[in-house]
Amino acid sequence: MTPADLLAALFPSGHTVVVGPDNIMSGTALATGGTEVAVLGIANATPLSPEIAITLAGQILDILRADDRKPIVLLIDTASQRMTRRDEMLGLYEYLGHLAKVITLAGARGHRTVGILYGTAAAGAFIATTLATQTLIAVDGAHPSVMDLPSIARVTKLPLETLEEKARTTPIFAPGVAPLAATGAVAEIWTAANGDLSHRLATVLAAIPPADDRDQLGAARGGRKLAHDVAEKVAASFAGEAG
Amino acid sequence: MIPQDIAHEPSWYESSARARIDGVLDPGSFTELLGPQCRIMSPHLALFDLPPAFDDGMIVGRGLLDGHPVAVAAQEGQFMGGTFAEVSGAKLVGLLRAAAASAGTSQTVSAVLLLLDTGGVRLQEANAGELAVSETIRAVLAVRQAGIPVIALIGGRAGAFGGGSLVASCCSRIVMTEQGRISVTGPEVIETNKGAEEFDSRDRALVWRVTGGRSRALLGGADRYIRGDVASFRAAARDRANPPAFDIDTMRAEQVRLEKRLERYGDCHDTPEIWARMNLPDPAGISEIDDAAFIERLAATGGAHDAR
Repeated sequence: MTPADLLAALFPSGHTVVVGPDNIMSGTALATGGTEVAVLGIANATPLSPEIAITLAGQILDILRADDRKPIVLLIDTASQRMTRRDEMLGLYEYLGHLAKVITLAGARGHRTVGILYGTAAAGAFIATTLATQTLIAVDGAHPSVMDLPSIARVTKLPLETLEEKARTTPIFAPGVAPLAATGAVAEIWTAANGDLSHRLATVLAAIPPADDRDQLGAARGGRKLAHDVAEKVAASFAGEAG
Repeated sequence: MIPQDIAHEPSWYESSARARIDGVLDPGSFTELLGPQCRIMSPHLALFDLPPAFDDGMIVGRGLLDGHPVAVAAQEGQFMGGTFAEVSGAKLVGLLRAAAASAGTSQTVSAVLLLLDTGGVRLQEANAGELAVSETIRAVLAVRQAGIPVIALIGGRAGAFGGGSLVASCCSRIVMTEQGRISVTGPEVIETNKGAEEFDSRDRALVWRVTGGRSRALLGGADRYIRGDVASFRAAARDRANPPAFDIDTMRAEQVRLEKRLERYGDCHDTPEIWARMNLPDPAGISEIDDAAFIERLAATGGAHDAR
């Protein structure tokens, strides 16, 4: 989906969102139902650099200044984090971590945060953007991944064909919307052919934000069967050991 | 690898995860939760004909530090590179959630110590590992919001790469040694994707100059720089001096701190260039001096901050 098509589908009542320098999107929009929302994002599969991360974080902190609990919708088509020596030297981890922290803080301060993935997002760029929102939606064109299969093949020293075959039996490592939904990362999958996106967004914006329930989702969907149970067992024994 | 001045003391770099825990906490005070006797192992490694471990390379529990209860988690970098995976990640997330929930109760802890030693996400379980990192970040921030500091201790063989570097950046404080390394994309992966002219991963001095503890400390990307012996880690973990709260003021301060870094050093190509611009004496010699001299020089920069 192009940013223009996505924006038109999500906000038929109107928006001021533009794609600016560095492919950073920002503006406001009127959600169906009349709620004004802040919209931020990344367009054109742009790798997440320290500059983009700090700009997005700064814009979110500006939104928090008003203290009006305005929902924040993050529209993401990035790549992985940018891979350069220069960015790593400057401490890219702090820029990505800062963005994840600021998105999380917005949620904690009463801003409903919704991530809409309409393109690619991988590795650290995925963690620092849509995975940091309270609710992650995948729409047409979404392709989330941790690492692409050829790269996994190199690291695991397995032939690509073998990996592709294994990926058919488990959602645990393969890229794509379906495997990541099965493990609980993606809350909902929306396709334009299946109905009006603006009404679905209005429903999500009106819902009480979930606590981090992604491990429960992964267990219910069968893609990550152990995580929730293991976390619960540790927590129970933590309490039991305290005396 | 082990600096001469601590060659006779137990080294963090050389120690196992369990030995590190024992060295940091009060003697005999550690209680492991869901330990190896429970045999909670990765169900996914068999698909790759890889042997699982009874603890999946993650040791979590509680213990005492100077008599105060603390929660502790340690990654075993020698098993699958200390990676975030379904089971290892869930053990960490469970510990963090329990620590946050314990705030204000009789079970509360005074700090959470994260002994990171990780290559990042375990690719054989990539999706579960990626999610575990995201869940860990959220849980770390919830612990901080509950008023409990989370301290990252980094000085193991695997460093803190990938998702591990993002987790570190979300902690209240990062403690590092010269051998510790933090980076999102590892040098090998950058070289594979962008070529050796972008990042020559076999140039060890370059790798350390970019990702190592000294560079991180001078730039403000680590908050404490210590010698690589286990006792120094214990001393750093005991340091409770006002860790930053996770709130809007801290995030605004971090915003300014990171913006300024890009303005000041965004056009630099190598760390000595940054150090020269910081007006450090003898920037080319920073990697050569011993730890004591470096710690002195670091203190003289006055770069310490609480914006994390």
